[in-house]
Amino acid sequence: MTALTARPPVATPTRRDRRAARTLASRILGYAVLIFFGLVFLYPFVIQLGNSFKTEPDAAANPLSPFADPVTTAGFERIFAGTNFPLWLGNSLLVTVLVTLGRVFFDSLAGYALARLRFRGRAGLFAAVIAVMAVPGVVLLIPKFLVLNQLGIYNSYAGLIVPLLADAAGVFIMKQFFESIPVSVEEAARIDGAGVFRTYWSVVLPMARPALITLTILSFQGSWNEFPHSLVSVQDPDLFTLPRGLADLVSGSLGKGTQYPLKLGAALLATIPVAVLFVVFQRYFVRGGNEGAEKG
Amino acid sequence: MTTEAPAAPATTGERPPRRTGRGIRGNENLAGWLFVAPVIVILGLFLLLPILMALWVSLTDWNGQGSPFTTQVPFVGVDNYTTLFTEDGLARRDLMTSIRNNIYYVAIVVPAQTALALGLALIVNNRMLRGKAFFRSAFYFPSVTSSVAISVVFLFLFANSGAVNQLLGVLGIDGPQWFADSRGVLHLLLATLGLDTAPAALTDGGPFGLSWWDWLSGPSVAMTSIIALVVWTTSGTFMLMFLAALQSVPVALDEASTLDGASRWQRFRHVTLPMIRATTFLVLTLGLIGSWQVFDQVYVMSQGEPAKTTITPAYLSYRTAFRDFDYGSGAAISFVLFLIIIVFTLLQRRVMADRDTDAPAAGRRWRRRVPGGSSS
Repeated sequence: MTALTARPPVATPTRRDRRAARTLASRILGYAVLIFFGLVFLYPFVIQLGNSFKTEPDAAANPLSPFADPVTTAGFERIFAGTNFPLWLGNSLLVTVLVTLGRVFFDSLAGYALARLRFRGRAGLFAAVIAVMAVPGVVLLIPKFLVLNQLGIYNSYAGLIVPLLADAAGVFIMKQFFESIPVSVEEAARIDGAGVFRTYWSVVLPMARPALITLTILSFQGSWNEFPHSLVSVQDPDLFTLPRGLADLVSGSLGKGTQYPLKLGAALLATIPVAVLFVVFQRYFVRGGNEGAEKG
Repeated sequence: MTTEAPAAPATTGERPPRRTGRGIRGNENLAGWLFVAPVIVILGLFLLLPILMALWVSLTDWNGQGSPFTTQVPFVGVDNYTTLFTEDGLARRDLMTSIRNNIYYVAIVVPAQTALALGLALIVNNRMLRGKAFFRSAFYFPSVTSSVAISVVFLFLFANSGAVNQLLGVLGIDGPQWFADSRGVLHLLLATLGLDTAPAALTDGGPFGLSWWDWLSGPSVAMTSIIALVVWTTSGTFMLMFLAALQSVPVALDEASTLDGASRWQRFRHVTLPMIRATTFLVLTLGLIGSWQVFDQVYVMSQGEPAKTTITPAYLSYRTAFRDFDYGSGAAISFVLFLIIIVFTLLQRRVMADRDTDAPAAGRRWRRRVPGGSSS
């Protein structure tokens, strides 16, 4: 406050002009920086889109240009005719739908129990969930292979799907949410004679819509993009999911040439479902991003 | 469902109920365990059990044939671990190379993504600019896309005659052959200072079978393109965390310091930065934990090549097990990596716990994460 008395805020016109000029300059600079980074973050996708419609020589000669000249869908035709892309797509859809359903159901069941039901061992279980969240996925590559191999479900849909049907982070998100809704409604239902499952299913779950949407989106995105698990759970090309097939495509089982239009097109098609989801449900993604931060 | 059985008869009359509905909770023990059973089975079977199995395999020389849990599999004790650290050989060389690569990777990725994320958050948080929501989404979008698909795009961008080299060409720079270039960046820098050949003092010896000169290589040119990709994809997520923190900084505080005549830099340095200190720690430690796990990008973009300069411990463990069929050694590398990551995780939880006791008001949601702190 001493600064205030020492320097009265009555600005002379010249000073005000200077300040206005400075604000304008800093605003222009702000937009310039914003647009620069906007390009840095979005232009690679523009390049991807543009080049997937190019001929191979065109893509090699003008990789920066977003405009295909001539425009050709040859790359996309070859994706569907010359690769197993449709198969990968089908596998990915199957895995994603089942994993998402499983996670939403099992994670919310467990989350509800940990938040509301009083049973022996609850505190210990929750501590275990927290501990499990800290286990880094990449150190599980060999362990997962071992157990799938031992159980005889290596190289099968079961191996691809079952291990992903529940995740600790999802349980955590659901528990946090259930704790935030008032108990009174449930208690009323219980006093009216509804059992535990009935209360959960028809009273609590409908109230948990926002958390369920968040979990659905996180699960969908996570299992659609999942790569390392498919790497250690299957080796039969008929069981490849999209990321696995895409990785296989890139590491060169393809004929001659770099075939970038085809690869970029395939990668683009694999990105579209999550991109659409992102545009439609953005705020849930943002929430999920911050929840994910907590899992650490 | 058994859990739906009416519970009312369970009420006992010996004590007056402490709260309404106590009797209704009679069957909660069973229901609780039934509710968590699927998750326990899945996580137990595919997370805890496998870790124990891998621990066993890391003590054997299993080659992938048959079951590792029979008496035919040679038990070698801690040999796989000692080979990695004490025996001069290929196994140790590879592990140390992978650790070196990952250290340089971490040393660049963590500061770069943290600084970029904070910078982006500051711009997006600027009250004077419009269209911020769009740009926030644009910056965040790469984070939600498939790591494999994005790696394909970056392979194209960093191709020999790709977009990046064309852009560098516009600036008059002759771009390198990114994914074929195993030269270390530090070596290249030293070369520009006239140090073309390694001094004998540095090539003669060094810790863990790698010469000092090799330790001091810096990330290879190939690795820098993976670094660029990762910084580009992760910054958006961390930007969101910084943004949440910035939005909790009281506007009045900023305005007061402006009135006090603080410059923009002073306000950032002495007002904003201390207020978001906790989030900065979180971003740094999450970055440390995450960047020791880099795998997908290496698998798709370089497979550890050129000259093993993009091999990381995660990729090395995969390769040792599934390409060289040395599952024991591969599992041992996994546990070494596990240990490295756990150290950073414990550090992070420690820092977060401290923060909760230091500043209960600022702790907000993170606090609930601490085990035990959650019981209502």
